[in-house]
Amino acid sequence: MKRFIGFITKEFYHIFRDRRSLFILFGMPIVQILLFGFAITNEINNVDIAILDHSKDASTKEIINKISASKYFSIKQLIEREADIEGVFKKGKVKAVLNFEKDFSKNLIKDHQATIQIITDATDPNTANTISNYVNSILQNYQQEQNKAINIDYVIVPEPRMVYNPELKSVYMFVPGVMTIILMLVSAMMTSISITREKELGTMEILLVSPIKPFQVIIGKVFPYIFLSIINAIVIVVMSIFIFKMPVQGSLLLLGLESVLFIVSALALGILISTISATQQTAMMISLMGLMLPVILLSGFIFPISSMPVPLQIISNAIPAKWFIIILKGIMLKGVGIQFLWKETLILLGMTVFFIGLSVKKYKIRLE
Amino acid sequence: MNNNNVIQAEGLTKMFGDFKAVNAITFEVKKGEIFGFLGANGAGKTTAMKMLIGISIPTSGAAHVAGFDVFTQAEDIKKNIGYMSQKFALYDDLTVKENITFFGGIYGLSKLKIKEKTKELIDDLGLQEVANQLVGSLPLGWKQKLSFSVALIHEPKIVFLDEPTGGVDPITRRQFWEMIYRAAHEGTTIFVTTHYMDEAEYCDRVSIMVNGKIEALDTPKKLKEQFKVDSMNDVFLKLARG
Repeated sequence: MKRFIGFITKEFYHIFRDRRSLFILFGMPIVQILLFGFAITNEINNVDIAILDHSKDASTKEIINKISASKYFSIKQLIEREADIEGVFKKGKVKAVLNFEKDFSKNLIKDHQATIQIITDATDPNTANTISNYVNSILQNYQQEQNKAINIDYVIVPEPRMVYNPELKSVYMFVPGVMTIILMLVSAMMTSISITREKELGTMEILLVSPIKPFQVIIGKVFPYIFLSIINAIVIVVMSIFIFKMPVQGSLLLLGLESVLFIVSALALGILISTISATQQTAMMISLMGLMLPVILLSGFIFPISSMPVPLQIISNAIPAKWFIIILKGIMLKGVGIQFLWKETLILLGMTVFFIGLSVKKYKIRLE
Repeated sequence: MNNNNVIQAEGLTKMFGDFKAVNAITFEVKKGEIFGFLGANGAGKTTAMKMLIGISIPTSGAAHVAGFDVFTQAEDIKKNIGYMSQKFALYDDLTVKENITFFGGIYGLSKLKIKEKTKELIDDLGLQEVANQLVGSLPLGWKQKLSFSVALIHEPKIVFLDEPTGGVDPITRRQFWEMIYRAAHEGTTIFVTTHYMDEAEYCDRVSIMVNGKIEALDTPKKLKEQFKVDSMNDVFLKLARG
């Protein structure tokens, strides 16, 4: 036990005397949460659009007024000819062009049908999609108002209600993801780097020749990171509650326990990486490419898994982060307990046991 | 086995696949002896040493270190040996004192003993001024001497030195060998690998490994007579070139 305390003291000296580790440990979580919370957003606001109005009648005027009154769009330009459409897109001035057909009002009244072409710049597909949806709902709204006036027999009124995140705040979606990334980064990358550093410097050899046992070395090395990861998790949750007013509907205790489970699985991955890499640089590259990229791309953090091609959906199941994010969202946003999350928890637990087993085995082979 | 032999190896062999890295080496090292373990790069020195210090399991043969079997009692061996590698394996981001405390700690010394040892070691090496400075800021020669002293902190029976003087200047090497002599004089057995043939002359006995086998083993004087040359360098060249 005394040896263990001495070892951990030494480990904390390493961490607190290295500015780079300090930044990754304490700067990164805060910067990431703030970045994702404030700067990066899926919502659209004041998107510049252009209008090509071939009719210029009462109906089109009214629709255009509605659009310009909404906070989502600002009408940047009025164009007169179809030929100009491509020009405005190419200049990058606007994200969308609304093209009202000729005799809009007349068609609407006579044929009960008129067309608006919504042309969006799909170089950014998500934004294009959102713009088109928003325009649609403004049009629907207009239609309903008109129908009220002419009083037709029946009408279907869709009343969408968004649950668990009614204001569609992207920060609610990012917090679980950022928490996952940070815990992965701190637990897996930092431990793998810190273990390979001892290998690189030759101190690992000295430790292995000393009476201290290999597993004690590993536990001594990962313990400080468990501790720091837990602190990080707390900082992230507190920040998201107080700065972004993110609700935590479910049990904080469950949230804590699930986080510890995920931290341990990430640490096991970190140990595994350290057994296969000889230098800190390799460990860092493997952590970044092998862990961070899948976490960002395939965990459902940013890109919804359901819209991925099937092979990627299958691969995503092998990523612990995916399950952790489901658990986090469940606890934080839906307020559900273990009775709804036992399956995900069990999968995560299984993966953790598997990674620990694998890294113990690898570690032994290396010692031979 | 002879009680005076602190290291005894018989037909010690290590295979990596079909490759015999160490091929049935047999030798013994006496208590208090400075034993030079020589060989070209890749001759199998390091592999042989790793088996003796308990971090590599031999394929066949037998060996006892400090009276303990390398196959079954590696943990006991570790308590009784010190080790210093060619990389000066101290922590650069810890101070002199913190390094001493840490290594004393992992060898299970008591707090009091660590305190005593720290003072003794710092006084011996004349490091009072820099005791609270990071090791990274010390000159290489100092680090190396400190590293050697740390390897001896738990008063081991045998200390293994793996090319301890690589990359340091001749004066520091000289001072380092004085430390080795002092430790040997106090009864510590020294097992040292080196590239420098002048250092081989300082050893009580020297073994020379070629391609996994020990091809020569005797005092430097007798080896020179046997090969009819004037220096250990020539002995080494004759053996290495076959």
